[in-house]
Amino acid sequence: VNTVCVVAIGSVPAQVLDWVEGVAVEWCPWPIRRLPALGLPDGAYDAKRGQYQSVEIMKAVARCRPSDAARILGVTEVDLAIPMLTFVFGQAQLDGPVAVLSLCRLRQEFYGLAGEEGLLHERVVKEVLHELGHTFGLTHCVEPKCAMSLATHIGMVDNKEERYCAHCGEQLARRFTSPDGEPL
Amino acid sequence: MKKVWPILVVDDEEVMCESMAAWLREDGYRVDTAPNGQNALELAKSTDYAICFIDLKMPGGMDGIETMMEIHRIHPEASIIIITAYATVDTAIQAMKEGAQEYIVKPCHPQEISMLVSRILKLLKKLQSENAILRKKISRQYRHRDIITKNPRMEEILALTRDIASLRSTVLICGDSGTGKELIARAIHYSGERAEKRFVSVSCAALTETLLESELFGHEKGAFTGAEGQTKGKFELADGGTIFLDEIGDISPKLQADLLRVLQERRFYRVGGTEEVSVDVRVIAATNKNLAKEVQQGCFRDDLYYRLNVIEIRIPPLRERREDIPLLAEHFVERIASELGKDITGISGGALKLLIEHDWPGNVRELENVIERAIVTSHNGTLVESDFAWLNQRGSSAQSWEVPDVPLAEMERRVILAALERKRGNVRDAAASLGIDRSTLYDKLKRYEIAH
Repeated sequence: VNTVCVVAIGSVPAQVLDWVEGVAVEWCPWPIRRLPALGLPDGAYDAKRGQYQSVEIMKAVARCRPSDAARILGVTEVDLAIPMLTFVFGQAQLDGPVAVLSLCRLRQEFYGLAGEEGLLHERVVKEVLHELGHTFGLTHCVEPKCAMSLATHIGMVDNKEERYCAHCGEQLARRFTSPDGEPL
Repeated sequence: MKKVWPILVVDDEEVMCESMAAWLREDGYRVDTAPNGQNALELAKSTDYAICFIDLKMPGGMDGIETMMEIHRIHPEASIIIITAYATVDTAIQAMKEGAQEYIVKPCHPQEISMLVSRILKLLKKLQSENAILRKKISRQYRHRDIITKNPRMEEILALTRDIASLRSTVLICGDSGTGKELIARAIHYSGERAEKRFVSVSCAALTETLLESELFGHEKGAFTGAEGQTKGKFELADGGTIFLDEIGDISPKLQADLLRVLQERRFYRVGGTEEVSVDVRVIAATNKNLAKEVQQGCFRDDLYYRLNVIEIRIPPLRERREDIPLLAEHFVERIASELGKDITGISGGALKLLIEHDWPGNVRELENVIERAIVTSHNGTLVESDFAWLNQRGSSAQSWEVPDVPLAEMERRVILAALERKRGNVRDAAASLGIDRSTLYDKLKRYEIAH
């Protein structure tokens, strides 16, 4: 049976992992399972930039993927980046099994503001939908309210709604309706 | 359906290539990566990338600027973004001077890349849609029904071109200069299944043997002095479409042999190349020579002649289809007057009679030029005989001009009246057109009692 696994990389509040699992349960008919937390991988930290290389984090997540995990979503508090970009909110293998999500820039504290749990929850939901959508082959959507639209700053995340647009939702649903339950 | 744009990322750091590719794939692009300039060039040979991200500094071999220049040789229109970790004004200027679309310093904000990519693709989409509109326009222009004729032989030719439009068979079009050989070739191309691909026209008589060889088959870098990079020839450019080889009777014996091989095998070598290039091209050749006679005289290879002459179309000269002259003349008047912004709506019966009786050694092209000249110089709303008076005075035209049975003075009076009419009563212009000075014209106006 295909399973979706959720794994913390480093220390992540259990409440946030509950939110992540809640989103997965709502949108994906496959069983959801939480894995024991991973340590932050050696060599992923870029001291010059004070950030973690998202590619290295993804590799660590891929290494711990159980054989039944059709998808695995890593969640971390650290700030992620790739060599070309100053940061990424998260990253996923398009139509592949691995995705990661950083909470760092979803927290109001990153912007020098007081923490807001409700807002963090909303942002986590949107970004989980976004990264999981990529792993099921969805690319960025032109509809700015859709969870699959590209966000290059936190304002664009806040502008999204906690759902897929009709088109992306349909595409995703089609992935779960094949006769053997496997993605098409 | 959304178009999937291909993007190439070139960087010697694998992590940079892979992470950038993954980020772009999330946006729906098809992304390839290359660890060095050489690999990038190999990929660029088979894919026309919409955007190439190229790292400026790559150890060993080609750097980013060299890679960009080589890609530009293959795809001059490619949008290239040079990436560097260290911004210096000098390298930025150099990159832009050598043709980079943008120069960015890594790491950059995701919004910067996102906006840059969408700006370039928006421009590309605009260019592609303009291109599609132009293609449609061209295709409309060369549809069979736009070939104007009521001549039975021409109608037979048009029926044949319709029948053969979707075949790949080679066609040989024979006919005098100006009979419209290329128009027929285009009609065949744009009515068939190859219409969406290119129609590439080459005038074989316009170039020397060596230039024509390189023009047709392309060349490799260093094949000859000045060959700075690999260049595709007309056969490669026409891949999937049609190549029109005009004045085929003028090619050298060596090129005849090369061409024979292409027709037989659809494969050839670029000049200076060792790798065979395969193409799917329909060949339409044209000549104003009698190729069968050229074969008899040993000037043209018989095997090539038979390869070319699979389907032969002979276009009659205009003097053998005089019934088409009024149709063609009216068509040209309408089209050229509109192009030149002149308010000329037709052509008089007398003028048409004059055109029908002319011998037209230059065929339809000559007729078109004659009408254009008449439209340029006419001040009337309709083209009349006097607008074509010069036609009969030209060179060795066999056109007979019926001299009216009137005294010479009356003849002169009529010519002056016609000149004044043409020049809308302007004496200075009329005198100039008659080749006399103004005072002489005034004297004659007085003598013939012509009011002005």
